[in-house]
Amino acid sequence: MNSVASFTVPTVTHAAVSVEGLSEKITIQNLDFYYGDNRALKNINASLYHGKVTAFIGPSGCGKSTLLRILNRMYDLYPNQRATGHVRLDNDDILSPSQDLNLLRAKVGMVFQKPTPFPMTIFENIAFGIRLYERLSKSELENRVHNALQRAALWDEVKDKLNANGLSLSGGQQQRLCIARTVAVRPEVILFDEPCSALDPISTAKIEELIDELKDDYTIAIVTHNMQQAARVSDFTAFMYLGELIEYGETTRMFTTPNDRRTQDYITGRFG
Amino acid sequence: MNSQTSTPLYASRRRRNIITMGLAFAATAFGLSWLVLILGELLWQGFSGLSLAVFTEMTPPPGAAGGLLNPIIGSLIMTTIAVVLGTPLGVLAGTYMAEYGRYDKLTMIVRFINDILLSAPSIVVGLFVYEIMVARMGHFSGWAGAVSLAVIVVPVVVRTTEDMLTLVPDTLREAAASIGLPRALMITKVAYRAARAGMITGVLLAVARISGETAPLLFTALNNQFWSLDLNAPVSSLPVVIFQFALSPYKDWQNLAWTGALIITLAVLTLSIIARALASQRKSS
Repeated sequence: MNSVASFTVPTVTHAAVSVEGLSEKITIQNLDFYYGDNRALKNINASLYHGKVTAFIGPSGCGKSTLLRILNRMYDLYPNQRATGHVRLDNDDILSPSQDLNLLRAKVGMVFQKPTPFPMTIFENIAFGIRLYERLSKSELENRVHNALQRAALWDEVKDKLNANGLSLSGGQQQRLCIARTVAVRPEVILFDEPCSALDPISTAKIEELIDELKDDYTIAIVTHNMQQAARVSDFTAFMYLGELIEYGETTRMFTTPNDRRTQDYITGRFG
Repeated sequence: MNSQTSTPLYASRRRRNIITMGLAFAATAFGLSWLVLILGELLWQGFSGLSLAVFTEMTPPPGAAGGLLNPIIGSLIMTTIAVVLGTPLGVLAGTYMAEYGRYDKLTMIVRFINDILLSAPSIVVGLFVYEIMVARMGHFSGWAGAVSLAVIVVPVVVRTTEDMLTLVPDTLREAAASIGLPRALMITKVAYRAARAGMITGVLLAVARISGETAPLLFTALNNQFWSLDLNAPVSSLPVVIFQFALSPYKDWQNLAWTGALIITLAVLTLSIIARALASQRKSS
């Protein structure tokens, strides 16, 4: 992307969507985030809609991963990080100190940049999360694992080696295993934090297809460095820069007629 | 490139390389030669005395035939108790330091003190347990011996547990948290599993460390010439018997000391090999 001349604006494959008639799943209001004294997010306002994919794009360090990690309070694992403002999941303020983090994270699943299978068998990787919140018979559990692996388009590749270690799979398979693991606990929201940046193009295509298939049942947020990917998979796009949400809107419009000069510069590869 | 390989700069770098490599090899050979000499002497002297009687008969009075059964059993019992006492304590402390209190000041203090304990002379540990147990009970005992060994086990296990858990990547912890796993389960089901081989290696290293300790036992378990499983009484152990027999003027006692030393060495060697195998398994998995 060094040469501006040869760069073409990514084609948006989705039909235009409108905000009307959509149900807001997550509402972010006046959100600030601090790493110690460093204000990493500045007054963010945005909504994520059920059944839609929202992409967060922007140059490195703009705060898009930080924003994603607020939505399941992942930052709470570390000291000296805090968020102020409001993030509503349905009608609960998830930033409230009384929020049960384990229940929140069971509802808001996350897939990470690097595949992170647990050090156990493929079957256990998925069954483990299910058993946390449900008491199932052996056959029911096997069914759920089967379904999760099928949803993640991994079943055919692993059905004969469910007892093999999850770490024995290829990178792309491991990432789909992680998606299956996330789906298996039946979350309502799935957060993807650069899920393809460690994968080859074929695995990337599979994950993107998967996101497209999953979106009807979930609210999906994806952070990506790849603008073509954002254009391909998302219905809404948020452009972030230096901790601010510069522009947020339907992907179709964002990639064709952005309102802000900075959005246009980023999308056309002039910086970032 | 070829024209440059003959430049004076390259030639002098090659010369320096050869000299440094030569020095490194010489240092290695010098260090290893002592190990070979010690092991050779040990094998030579120890194997000649090795027989079934060593494992079936009690320590003899000077001039009589006998074996090392009571010190072998005594060492096994005290080592086992020390590990049973020290491991849970060490694992729990290490877990606190790596998982719950990673960013706390308390952890830094505990780590500092633990490092001191780790390198404390074992004779100090022996004196400490002598003061708090032997002096108060009024007599030497197997319990005191086991406790003094446990005091040596704890810092080793604390250190390896913390180190191994710290090596578990945060991404795995985040992944566990992301499916709603409570922290306690994340530690026991995910982090321990990822760090298991290393943590077991730590315990084995602790066993290897205490199986040769003499000083703490001299002040605590003392020694016992007779068959005794009573932990409230003095208990025999291999290191103390070796110490006593090797210093004696009697040839057959000295031979038994060699054999005892060989048994300890082989046991520690076996443990080290198992620890190595487990560690390499961790890397490959």
